[in-house]
Order: sequence, then C-alpha cells, then structure tokens
Amino acid sequence: MELTQQLLEMPEWSDDDIVRHQLPIVDTPFVSVGGGMGSLAMVDTLRIAGQPVESLTVLAENAIPSETYEHLANNSQIPRHERLRSDSSSTMDCIWGWPGYALREAVADKKIGPAATVFAEPILANYYTPKAGQVYESVRREATRIGWDRMLRTGIVRTVRRRREGGYFVIHTPADQSGAVPGGPKQRVVYRCHHIHLAVGYPGVKMLGDLQAYREEHQDWRRVVNAYEPHLHAYEEMLRRPCTVVVRGSGIVASRVLQRMIDDRDQRGAQTRIIHLFRNYPDGPQGDKATFRRPVLAGWAKQGFNFPKAAWGGQLRNDLESLEGDERSKFIDAMGGTNTAPRKDWEEQLERGAREGFYRQLIGTVKSVVPAEGNAGIRTVIADRQGGESFLDADFIIDATGLEAGIEEHRVLRDLLQYGGARKNVKGRLDVERDFTVRGTQSGTGRLYASGSITLGGYYAGVDSFLGLHYAALRIADSLAENGFGKKIGPLRSTSQWWKWARNKPI
Amino acid sequence: MTPTLFGRIQTRIIMMATLGVIWTAIIGPVLPRPSVDGESISLGNMYKALYLAVVVVTVVGVVWELIYHWIQQYRWEKDWPTIYGLVVAINEGIVAYLILNAGLFWDERPPGQSFPLPAFLIMFVTLWLIIWAFTNGPMQILSLRWRFRGGRFDPNW
Ligand SMILES: Cc1cc2nc3c(=O)[nH]c(=O)nc-3n(C[C@H](O)[C@H](O)[C@H](O)COP(=O)(O)OP(=O)(O)OC[C@H]3O[C@@H](n4cnc5c(N)ncnc54)[C@H](O)[C@@H]3O)c2cc1C
Repeated sequence: MELTQQLLEMPEWSDDDIVRHQLPIVDTPFVSVGGGMGSLAMVDTLRIAGQPVESLTVLAENAIPSETYEHLANNSQIPRHERLRSDSSSTMDCIWGWPGYALREAVADKKIGPAATVFAEPILANYYTPKAGQVYESVRREATRIGWDRMLRTGIVRTVRRRREGGYFVIHTPADQSGAVPGGPKQRVVYRCHHIHLAVGYPGVKMLGDLQAYREEHQDWRRVVNAYEPHLHAYEEMLRRPCTVVVRGSGIVASRVLQRMIDDRDQRGAQTRIIHLFRNYPDGPQGDKATFRRPVLAGWAKQGFNFPKAAWGGQLRNDLESLEGDERSKFIDAMGGTNTAPRKDWEEQLERGAREGFYRQLIGTVKSVVPAEGNAGIRTVIADRQGGESFLDADFIIDATGLEAGIEEHRVLRDLLQYGGARKNVKGRLDVERDFTVRGTQSGTGRLYASGSITLGGYYAGVDSFLGLHYAALRIADSLAENGFGKKIGPLRSTSQWWKWARNKPI
Repeated sequence: MTPTLFGRIQTRIIMMATLGVIWTAIIGPVLPRPSVDGESISLGNMYKALYLAVVVVTVVGVVWELIYHWIQQYRWEKDWPTIYGLVVAINEGIVAYLILNAGLFWDERPPGQSFPLPAFLIMFVTLWLIIWAFTNGPMQILSLRWRFRGGRFDPNW
C-alpha cells in the first residue's frame, strides 16, 4: 500500500500504523542516512568499536562513499591528479590519521618530498595536501575492509519519523523497484531502528540571487553557470574562441576555476579574458587584534584550510564550544568566511594575468544581470563604490561563491523540522548538541544525530571536512556508547584495530 | 599539532613519565660515563644523574610550555608547526644543561666536576627525537581522541 496523507501528517508513528499501511518492516539497531563521506566515517568508527555489520544499515543514493564528493570535485575543477584542501592527517580511510597521506605518498612514490613538506609546513613550505585520486582509492579500500556493501541499501530515504514506542522509522524507496506493481505505488521499505545518523551532504547548490533571477527569467542555463554544476561546455567554448568571463566569488572554488581557465590559456591556447568581480574587497589583514590576524593578498583572504587549524582540535575548538547564539555565529564567520589557500602557482598565475591584462579585478555590487544589447552575451550592471553605475558584458558568468541551499530544500530535513522536533540554529542549519545529537528529536532512548554541512553553526566549525566528519563520528560513537549502544574505543582496542587496519585485514 | 595549554602540559608530563623513563633506562648503560679520580662513576650514580635530567626537563618544560603557548597566540592557525617541535629542543637543551650543571641542592657531585655533557647530549637528543616522532603520529593510535582534545588525556571532550 502507499503512504497516506493522514500518515504523513502524524508527528509520531506506532508499529500498528505501519502494519496497517502494509509496509514491510526491517529491524536494524542503527541507520546512517546518506552513504557519503560522513556515513563512511560513522560506520567505520562503529565497526572499529566492535559493531557487527548486522547492526548497521547505510541507506544511500550511491554505492560508493566518495561518489558525490568526486562529482562535486570534478565540477569545481579538481580532477584526480589535483591536490585537495585538507591536511595529510585528514585521512578519510583511517580514523587514527596516521600514517597520513603524505607519508604514504612518499613511500609509494619513493620520494621524500611529501614527507618533507609535512615536516616543514606551514613555515618553510605550504601545507601538504593529498591528491584527490589518492583519497578516492583509500576510501574504496576502507569501505571494502569494513564490509560496506553488506550494510548498504541503495535508494532514496523519504522520511524519518519518531516511533511512539521509542526509536525511529525510516521510509526508504529502494533503487530496485522490481517488486512494485507496474503503474502502482512505489515500493517502500520501512526500517525500524533505535538510533539514526543523518549525513546527507549539501541540501543543494544555490546561485547568487541576481544570477538565479537571470537564469529563470531568460531560461539561460548555458552562459550563467555554477561552479558546482557541470559546466565543461564553458571551458570548451573558451578553447574554440576568445571569450570574456566574469567570475563571482573569491574563495577556494574561485581559485580552482581561475586556475582551470589560466591553465587552458597557458597550455591549450585559449585566449580567455577574465573579469573577477568582488563584492567585498579586503585590502588589509583581517581580524581585530595582533593575536587574531589573517593575511590578505590582492583581495584574497588566505589560510591553509577553511578554518584555522586549531578549530578542529585545539584552543579554537574549545573557544567555540563555550559560545552560544550570535557570538558563536560571529566567531565562525571570523575564523572562516570567504578564504582560499595560499598556493604559489595560483599567485603566480594571477600576478601574471594582472600584468598582461587577461585577469582583471573589479569591485562593485551587482544591480542586475540582463542579456547584453546587440550581441549574444550577458550584461552585469554594477554599482561601484562611488555610487556610479557601469556594466560588464561577458560570454559567461561563473558563480564560484559555493553557496549552499537552505536545509528545507531537503525533504527529510524539512520533514524533521515540521514533525520531528528539530530546530534551526543561528546559521539556519540543524541545531545540534556538542555531541551532534539533533536537539528536540529524542525518541524514548533513541537518538538522532547529524554530521556534515547541515550542522554548521553549532559548536564545531569544521563540520564539512574529512577531519570534521571523523570528529563528529567519534563524538557520536561515544554518545551512543553512553546510551548503551556499543562501547567506547579505548587504547587497547584502538591499537589492535589500527594494527588490523595497517594490514588491511577485514573486520 | 594544535595543542591547548593544558594539552601541552599533560602531554609533556605523560611523555616524560613513560617514554622518558623507559628510554633513560635503556640508554643509561651505554652512555659515556665520566670518571672521578680516574675511575668511571657507577651505573647507579649515572642513573641518578640521568633521571635528574628527566625531572628537570619535565619541570622546566612546563615553564617552556607557557612561553610556547604565548607565542602560539600570535599564530593565526593557533597551531604548533612540526618543525617548531624540533627547534625548541635547542633552547630547552641549553637551559636544562645549565641548570643541571649549576648543581641542584641534592646533587652529590664532587666540587669542580661538571654534569656529564656527552651523556646528557646523547640522551637528550635521542629522547627528544623519540617523543617528537611519537607525538607526531603513533600517539593517535593509542589515544584516538588526543588530537581532537588539543593534546589532553583527561576523559572530558
Ligand atoms: C568541491 C568540494 C571539495 C571539497 N574538498 C575538501 C577537502 O579537500 N578536504 C576536506 O576535508 N573537505 C572537503 N570538502 C568538504 C567535505 O569533506 C565534503 O563535502 C564531504 O563529501 C562531505 O561529506 P558528507 O557525507 O557530508 O556529504 P556527501 O559526501 O556529499 O554525502 C552525502 C550523501 O547523501 C546522499 N543523500 C542525500 N539525501 C539522500 C536521501 N534522501 N536518501 C539517500 N541518500 C541521500 C547523497 O546522494 C550523498 O551521496 C569539499 C567539498 C566540496 C564540495
């Protein structure tokens, strides 16, 4: 039978409700929804803590944990051989963080370079960062080792609801619909579980308001593109003929897009002219005191990672944990905000571009985006700082601001806000405790946890990063242990499990 | 590394109390022994001197950690780069030796006899490298949460 409107409008379900709707029930103690990097970190930690595969279920759209990541990375111009933006010990496949990616790369390639970089960073060298391909391969190996496929059920999670008798129900639409009646309702499975972990990644990408308005009004998805969406056609056209491109945003995504365009100029004969439009142009170091100062170079705020390192596990993590409300939100912005990584090759390209005139920076607020008169381009109308108005015509506009959609865009999260007792935090994301329990969603002794970007604005800044996902996983595992699900990983278990990991022995 | 002040102090004390004590026991017998009146000092006296050095490096180290923590405040990342962890061995080694050589009140050295420098140097440098290497990786195997807690071992997150 199909889900009824009446059922969907009940804030809590009982076992009887599900039976009455003739939905098949599968019992499982723990469900992780998403099946991306966050779910991998979670079940990896729980498997290492001693949970058998039978106790854990991963409900995912994709079969491989790094699939969505790889898709977004490819779109934003990070192919497999390019280096990412996290450090050597942010090892997606290893909860211990050692040996890091640098040491492994040094051993595999028989080169001292990567290990020497870690030794000298960030004083004598920029931070070491691993190649995308190395991370993907390590993820696959670890997923295989922990029996990922045996925990995985592919499909789409539709709803998460509290169960009257405690715990939760998860409505799942399996990818394999062979059991559904042709033309009839979708085949569904209801997972009845005690605890849930949500790691659904980004609810969606968001365009800048003026660009979105232009796209919708003129039905033009070709010339105004978002860096997180596929937009190879733009680079291909830049190779065919000289183009003018407006880039919006000045964070890491913008750096990648600019590198791609300038690499194509340098290596493949493109003649792209780039106009880089800044809304805010920092022209001096950021921060309010000598002990809190971030360097700025030519309008770009620079730091190794999206937050200062100590936000993941040092004094800045402690500082943030003690803040509430607006203060917390402001501190997250002060540590993060728009910033990019210091990389000599990027700085060289942009300096050369400015000198030779193919890269130009402009500051202004966009008033509107309209089709350009006379030719096929797009016109950006800008109010400059003096209050004057000017315009820029371009062949493409690339939105590299990396904006994310609100959490309501995701059906499961919207539903949780409406019926599940979840609330939004100061940044409009899911309000979580320090241990990543979603506030207000407790169901009997069952707990609902979340990790990843949907929890930004909470007590931990680096939630949307490999290391942050591991941090969340460990805190959640500890919290689960306190609630009677499994045991905390102590020194002996940690060591013996690491030894297994090191020899790639399945668990 | 991204230590907090408490993390620094806890890590220092625990490392010296474990690796420091064990390594000193291992290396003690093979270190060059100074001689008094033409005769090498006994292994027992050698250990006394070496363990005194361990205590001094630990106690004075807590003061050093305060200074490092202050320096760290001027770093945006609030981190302690790997290389700093090695470089500070120089200042620490010099100061620890000067203190040991100046003589502490329980010191039983005959007057005029300096604290055995070659033995101190070998022990200090090797121990430093061991602790440095250990805290830059393998530590995380034993203590999974250590890196997230800024180097603290106490059970609070
Ligand atoms: C381009 C880019 C580069 C990045 N680079 C780095 C880096 O270098 N270092 C770093 O530490 N971090 C980096 N990050 C940040 C972060 O580590 C990644 O975004 C990471 O993938 C986040 O993991 P996640 O589990 O939250 O989301 P994802 O890995 O995206 O996984 C979420 C999964 O949930 C699935 N899902 C969503 N809704 C449902 C549903 N209803 N039913 C079933 N499945 C569902 C999605 O299909 C998706 O596969 C980067 C992010 C981006 C976008």
